[in-house]
Parts: sequence; structure tokens; C-alpha cells
Amino acid sequence: MKITEELVDYVAILSRLKPDEEERARITAELEKIVSYMDVLNALDTEGIEPLSHVFPVKNVLREDAVEPSFLREELLKNAPVGDEEAFLVPKAVE
Amino acid sequence: MDMELTRLTALELGAALKKGEASPADAIAAAQERISACQDTNNAFITPASPSPAPIGDGPLAGVPMALKDNICTKGVQTSCASRILGGFIPPYNATIVERLSAAGSVSMGKLNMDEFAMGSTSETSFYGPTRNPWDLSRIPGGSSGGSAAAVAAGEVWYAIGSDTGGSIRQPAAYCGVTGMKPTYGTVSRYGLIAYASSLDQMGPIARSAADCAAVLDIMQGRDPRDGTSLEGHYGGLLPSLTGDVRGLKIGVPADCFGQGLDSEVRKAVLAVAHVLKSRGALVEEFSLPIMEYVVPAYYIIACAEASSNLSRFDGVKYGWRSPKYEDLSGLYARTRTEGFGSEVKRRILLGTFVLSTGYYDAYYKKALQAKAVITKAYDEAFQKYDVLLTPTTPTTAPKLGESLGDPLKMYLSDIYTVPVNLAGLPGISIPCGFDSQGLPIGAQLIGPPLGDGIILNAAHAFQQETEYHKKAPAEKGGVSL
Amino acid sequence: MTWETVIGLETHVELCTKTKIFCSCTTEFGGAPNTHCCPVCTGMPGTLPVLNKKVLEFAVKAGLALNGEITRHCKFDRKNYFYPDLPKAYQISQLYLPIARNGRVPIRLESGAEKVVHIHELHMEEDAGKLVHDPWLEETRCDYNRCGVPLIEIVTEPDFRTAEEVIAYLEKLRSILQYLGVSDCKMQEGSLRCDVNLSVRPAGSMELGTRTEMKNLSSFKAIARAIAYEAKRQIELMEEGKSVVQETRRWDENKDATFAMRSKENAQDYRYFPDPDVPPLEISEEYLEQLRREQPEMAEEKMARYQREYGLPPYDTQMLTSQKALAAFFETCLSLGSDPKQTANWIMGQVLGQLSAKGIEAKDMKLTPSTLVTLISMVKGGRLNRNTAVKVFEAVFDDDGDVEGYVKAHGLEQINDPEALTAAVEKVFAANTQSVADFKAGKEKAFGFLVGQVMREMKGKADPQAVNSAVRKKLNAER
Repeated sequence: MKITEELVDYVAILSRLKPDEEERARITAELEKIVSYMDVLNALDTEGIEPLSHVFPVKNVLREDAVEPSFLREELLKNAPVGDEEAFLVPKAVE
Repeated sequence: MDMELTRLTALELGAALKKGEASPADAIAAAQERISACQDTNNAFITPASPSPAPIGDGPLAGVPMALKDNICTKGVQTSCASRILGGFIPPYNATIVERLSAAGSVSMGKLNMDEFAMGSTSETSFYGPTRNPWDLSRIPGGSSGGSAAAVAAGEVWYAIGSDTGGSIRQPAAYCGVTGMKPTYGTVSRYGLIAYASSLDQMGPIARSAADCAAVLDIMQGRDPRDGTSLEGHYGGLLPSLTGDVRGLKIGVPADCFGQGLDSEVRKAVLAVAHVLKSRGALVEEFSLPIMEYVVPAYYIIACAEASSNLSRFDGVKYGWRSPKYEDLSGLYARTRTEGFGSEVKRRILLGTFVLSTGYYDAYYKKALQAKAVITKAYDEAFQKYDVLLTPTTPTTAPKLGESLGDPLKMYLSDIYTVPVNLAGLPGISIPCGFDSQGLPIGAQLIGPPLGDGIILNAAHAFQQETEYHKKAPAEKGGVSL
Repeated sequence: MTWETVIGLETHVELCTKTKIFCSCTTEFGGAPNTHCCPVCTGMPGTLPVLNKKVLEFAVKAGLALNGEITRHCKFDRKNYFYPDLPKAYQISQLYLPIARNGRVPIRLESGAEKVVHIHELHMEEDAGKLVHDPWLEETRCDYNRCGVPLIEIVTEPDFRTAEEVIAYLEKLRSILQYLGVSDCKMQEGSLRCDVNLSVRPAGSMELGTRTEMKNLSSFKAIARAIAYEAKRQIELMEEGKSVVQETRRWDENKDATFAMRSKENAQDYRYFPDPDVPPLEISEEYLEQLRREQPEMAEEKMARYQREYGLPPYDTQMLTSQKALAAFFETCLSLGSDPKQTANWIMGQVLGQLSAKGIEAKDMKLTPSTLVTLISMVKGGRLNRNTAVKVFEAVFDDDGDVEGYVKAHGLEQINDPEALTAAVEKVFAANTQSVADFKAGKEKAFGFLVGQVMREMKGKADPQAVNSAVRKKLNAER
């Protein structure tokens, strides 16, 4: 699999990362090498094999619908890099 | 007090505290003395603590000082994942295991260094600087739980909690000559462990013996209603079940794990484990596990995919660090994440985003989940025939600082023996089994079937009854010189 | 050329569980910003989701009621995107194995025509938070109270051709979900929100045109107007030889127009994958059977039964079942022995009239069935005349007042004294000879005047029927 700088740009936008020119070139080369190595999986016959996301057959893990007290707002907000006494703040995000 | 406390195992210290041969204050003082002696050289801690002594409660480890990897949430204490992006993050909650350990009377000496977000095999990617191997300060301690392994090896704490996604407990334990165990996936609650790859992450102990690990796991394991992937089961009887009796135990040795790429001194030391266990009545047989070439690609695709999603929440909005250099929302995201994450983390986020993106999902991510099914099935079949599998933990002993990061692919490939254990959700333990010609510790890995944690602990305990490797300590520790 | 509009709907419905989908915080509407939150809601690292049992139950009930196939092995997936209203930067939703598929909802149009709307899928997911821009600070505030409020998203096939069909479907959907008790479907609180996918094509064409998506329409009126506007816009583009751009558009209520939304950072690639934190669900036959048994009688079944058992006309039954609480009110009245037709008339006239005047829903009214039944029986027993009864009803409606007490306190009881009536008639006829003469000359209008005067003489407390016949009798006698 050939990794292009355009593909790296696309993936970087999705990841909200902005590598500079030098990093971009380095990452492209590294990903190319890593992804090419990943291609060894193509040698494995997986025809008809169900993808396994949860390794153990745990199922139907459910919680009762009973209200528990919420956290104190100041406890949740005190880690905010920018906030006031009632909310987290970000630059304009509403259209 | 004439006893050298730091040379005891955790269980021995626990017993001494019970008998009044040492006080909780003595134990804390001994740990603090070691931490101040070692921290400048090995940098095992990110945030050391100064706990106050408390009366000894019930349980074999009550009052025994320990420490936690810095990706485990501790209420009121910074939890950084060794990343700039979580700088100043003080969780308003404890991880479930922190509550359990605290209820069992444990005493935390602080938070331990690691690879940033547990991504790495060297503990060099920490924003707080690399941790060094107490056996040779020019070498890495392994990773990502390098701080945990180094602190135990250097005698700074009697045990430490690490996390293991692809070998992050077992590999540093091997490099540092200590015993480290990743229990069966789902037996230790992940609530409060900052996720790297949720389907693979599992916390476990690093200690001086298999018996210490059993005692710690008896505290850590248990069903947690806050973790949907936590397993129902009968927990808590590991320590009393350690008989050391391995008569009739069937040990499978996968030939595929002893081929190309394995250091000959490591091979020799690991195969010697089979002989020791055989001498105590175990049955040893070589067999074929023809999946090893697929385990590293499958692991990195799955782990990075999950990581790309798990680490998206670090965006400078709710907690942690925010870059001051932004003009608008998209700048806030890109600046914070680009400057806040180190290069290995960014590499894995990009790789993970790639394998999930439109057009590549089926070829990479889905294929890796299918490979995981094949790998899991291969282990299922092996455990039809064997009770325990024996492999090396790592292909070599600890490399020098700076040797690994230049070639990420080579670093990934060195995880070959540990990653399939996470893919299949199995318990695995690394035990010290010798030293190479440079005096560096070698680790052997015992792997059990799902919920076979007690089986591998007992095999490891049997081995440790016959050998002294786990009792060796680096000269720098002031213990037994090699 | 004539054009055909093709519409598909994605409807987000908030489930009325007590707690959120993945944590135990309350789902209560409102609340000061970030006060219905815990570390799970705010996406703090290390926290994990655990599914609410009721959310599954409600989603399966909805799937069954929409005649869908329940996915017996079902999973949650992560939908990844960055936005400040989504603290984890992924929404836990369902893409690969949604809880239900292939449903059918029959609808009936004004013309009497019937149509089946096909449901592509129904899935469970979590809601996002609320962003409010503060123009003084030039900052946007993030309120995560709504994060994790449980939703089901119901996606139709592109089966609609008109706004009328869309509204008929939404009304039917709302009735079904309300009867099931899985959602209160309050549009004004955002518990039922619609995304409308719309395209146009030449009439007769089988191919679908390029569609636009209009997001978060929150009233039936807005939906109808947005459809009309967007269809017209697209047809005009096509007729000018231009093409429709596939995009998301925002309906501006004030400007009565749709506008293209700025796309959130180029690409829309959500990178869905199975959420490793939420184990799969295995739906057993027994569980389904139990939920099927619990399924209540729906509006349509009630309508048919009211026609069959009580002989009510279809219009009445439709009105009575238009709100679940209203039908329940009606049924309780009957269980207290009230006459079906009279009860229906009171509910359709007075109860609905008051609800609409006060702008409240049946489930929020204080009036109890026993109060209405008392009133009806007083009319039936001749103790109140109907006009007075309506006044009493209005007086007691707001706080379910005491009918007997009110009637006594205000001396409103009907006078059923024939001698008093005869005396009143005599008095009125004597005082209004001109009107009597007019009536005899053929002016029918004068009859009503005379009745009114007699009623006034009786201070409004006479039985209107009796007054009528007494006046008629007197006129006949004089002719």
C-alpha cells in the first residue's frame, strides 16, 4: 500500500493534528513502511471468518434505570483549561 | 530495627508489619529513603507522594507501600499519562482498583513514569523524561510500565500497578528482573484506567514474586458494575491456591516462538524453565502455533484504531492542557493536539485513523478483527492440549536508551511474544529466569487459558521455589551484587 | 415539466427513561448548565459506559410497534467526530447492527387514501450537549446536561412525496410512541426532532435526484414549510439547468428559508467501529415475547373498539384517541358508569376546548374523570341545565374543583317547577305582545326571543327543553 502525503493530510485533518512539512514527510515514510508491513495479513485466509471485536462472549450487561446524584459542577469544571462558574468555554462554535 | 526492609517481598513485609517487627512508619520511611536515592537516576516517579502511616488492617498486604502507573486515575492527585496534554489533570474520582487497594490497606507512594499514553516499549516517550533500568542506567527499563518495573527492581516500593495492552507489564518486568502479570481480560475493572486500546487494556501487578502478584490480584480482581466488560466470577482465592505442585501439568512450548529473531541467551534461559518445571513433575511438549507472523500487524491495527478514538477526547476543552496559540475552534483543536501529544502517540493516532477511514476499514481494521478471531482460535486449540504455554517474554534483553525509537517498526516487532496474549484476552506472567552475559535479566512468559490466572501463578510459584533469579537485585539497589 | 418530490426522514426521539443511556445522571429537562453531569457525561478519561436496561426495553418496544424485525445479536458502534458538544469526540450509536430494521408504518391521509411508510432502521444512541454562544464574551459555552440522554433514531426509506404524508407519518409515529409510553415526544423540548432528506426528480423517473439534508426541524409547521421551500428551491435550480449540491441545510424559522451550513472541517468520515466498551446484546425470544405481551392497545385499536363497543362515530373516536391521556380519561369516565356518547361530547367539546385554550396537554391537566362524571350526571338527572353545566365545568377545570360545592355556593341548580314556568311564560307573553304577534305573522325568529326571555325570567336555571315546549305550547294555544 502506497501512502501519499495527500492521504496523510486527510488522516491528519480527521485526527485534528497539523504536522509541519518536515513531520509530514517523515510520517508519510513511516506509515508507508508500517502499513506495508501490515499487508502480511493479506496472506492469512479469513474467508468466512466473523470479525471478533469482543474476545469473550459477555453480553447484555445492563444497569437499572435508577437515578444517582450527579457530580458537583465545580468538581467537573475545575479541570477546564478555560471555563467560568457554569460552563466549559471554547471559541465561537455556533453558526 | 536491624532488618533490611527493602529486601523483603511484599508478603514478607506484610507479615512483619502484622507481627510488629516493623511499623507502618518504618515501611514508609524505607520506601521514601529508596525513592530519594533513586529518583534522580532512574526517574521512576512522575508524582511521588508522602503518605501518613495508618494502623494496620486486615489482609496480607495491609500497610505495604506501593505505587501506581500514572494512567490510573487517583482522586485529587494529578494523573498525566506522562503526556503534556494531560498536564494538571486532577481526576475528581478514583479508579475502581484504587478504591479496592485502599480498602485493603495499601499505602501509595505516588504515581509512576511510563510511555506517553502507554504507547511504547521503552518508557522514553514520557513528557517527564525517560525512566532508566536499575540494572544498567544506560538502558531502558522497557515499557510502557517502565516506571512500575524500575521502582520495584530498585526497591523503591514492594509492588506496583501497571497496565498491559500489548505487553506493557510483562516486557518491563522481564527487562528489570521482576515478576509482572497481566490477568485475564475483564477480571480487573478498567474503570479509571485511562484507555489506550479498550479491548486489550488490563491492569496488573509488578512485584518480587509470583506469590506477591497473587496477593495483589486477590485485591484487584472482581466484577465492577461500572465496567461493562468486567467478568462475573469467583475471585479472591489465588494466594491460598499456590501449592507449587505442578505434577501432571501439561506445558506446551510453541516452536514458532523460539525461531528467528530470538537472542540465543534468552532462548537458553527460557527453555531451562521447562526443565525446572519438568523436574517437579510437569509434562513438557513442543507444538506448533502457526499464527505468530500475524500477531504484530493485527495488534497494531486494532490497538491504534481504538487509540485514535480513545484519544480524541484530549482536545483542550474539558481538562488538561490547552495550547495558548489558537485563533478559532479548529486552531484550538489542532494546536492543542499537535503540541500536546508526542510523536509516537501521534504516529499511532494517524495509523489508527487511517485503518478506520472510508475505503480502508475492510482491508485493515476488519481484516485485523478476523485475524484476531484466527489467533484466538489457535490459542483455544492449544489449551485443549495444554494447561500452560511457555514462551520468552521478549526476543532480547533491555536495549540501550535511544536505540529503539528511531525505527518504530522494529520496536513494534519486539512485542511479538506478548501481543497475542492481549488479543486473545489470556492471562500471562513474566518471571525472571536468568541473566545474559552482560548481567541483564531475562524473562520467561507463562500463558494460561481464559481465567487460568491461578494456573500460571502456581507454575510461576513452583519455578520460583526452585530458583533464586527473582530474588536477585541490581547492585545499585544495595542488595545482592551480581 | 412536472416534478416529483422525494422525501426520507430521520427522526430522533428522546426516550423517557429516568436516567441517561450510559450513566445514572437524571434526564430531567432543563437544570442549570452542567448540573446533571458526572465524569461519564463530560467524557473524563478512564470513565466507561454501562447501558441502561430501560433504554433497550423502550427501543425494542418501539421496534416491535413499528412492525420491525428485531436484531437478535446487536451491537453499539462509535461515531467519531470532533465538536465541542461531544465531550468524548465520539457518539455511541449503532451502525452495523441496529436494534430494529425493516419496519412498516401505515398512514392515512386527509383524502382517505392509505399508504405504508417503510422504516429502514431504528437504532439507539446518546444525545450531545448544548452550545450557547455568549456574544459578550465572544466565547461559546458548553453545557453537557443533555450528553447521554437516550435517543432512538428512526430512519425511513425515501417513501414520502408530500409534506402532508410527512406530517401524517410523524403524527402516527408520535401517537405510537406515546401510547407505548417510551417517549413524551414534546417537540418544544426537543424530545422529537427531525432531519428531512429531500430531492426532486422528473415525474415518472425512477432514479433518485441529489438530496439535501435539513437538520433539526422542531415543529410540524417548520417541517411543512421547510419542505415546501426546499422543493421549490431545488425545482427552480433544475429548471434553470443548474444542479443540486448534496449538502446539509439549516431551516431559518424567521427568514422562512433554508441555508447551506458551513461544513464542519472538510471531510465527513465518521470511522464507525464496534465500541469495545459496550458488550453486545443478545435478544432472546422470551424477552421479545414478554415485551409483545406488554404492548398496550394502540390508538387505532382503541378507535375500532370505541366504534364497535360504544357505537361512536369514527370522528369522535379519532378525537378521543388523539392523546393517550385523553383516551385513558375517557375510559375511566366510562368505568365510573358514564354514558359513552355524552362523555365523548363533553371531552371533544369542553375538555379539548379548555386544553387548547390553556395550551396544555391532556396528560398535564388536573381535572379528574370523577369530576366530569359528576357534572354529566347532574345534567342527566335534571339538576343542572347544560349551559350552566358548561360554566361550572370552566370554573372547576383548572384545579379539579368541587362541582357540588360550586353549584350550591352559586345557587345554580335547575328549577324544575312547572307552575313557576307557567307563571314565567304568562308574564313574558303579557309583556311582549308585539313578538307574539310577529310570530303569528310568520316570523319564526320571534320564537327564540320569547324562549330567551322566559329563560331570563327563570334566571337561567330552567331546563331549556321544558322552556321550549312550554313556549311552543302557549303559542299553539293562542293561534
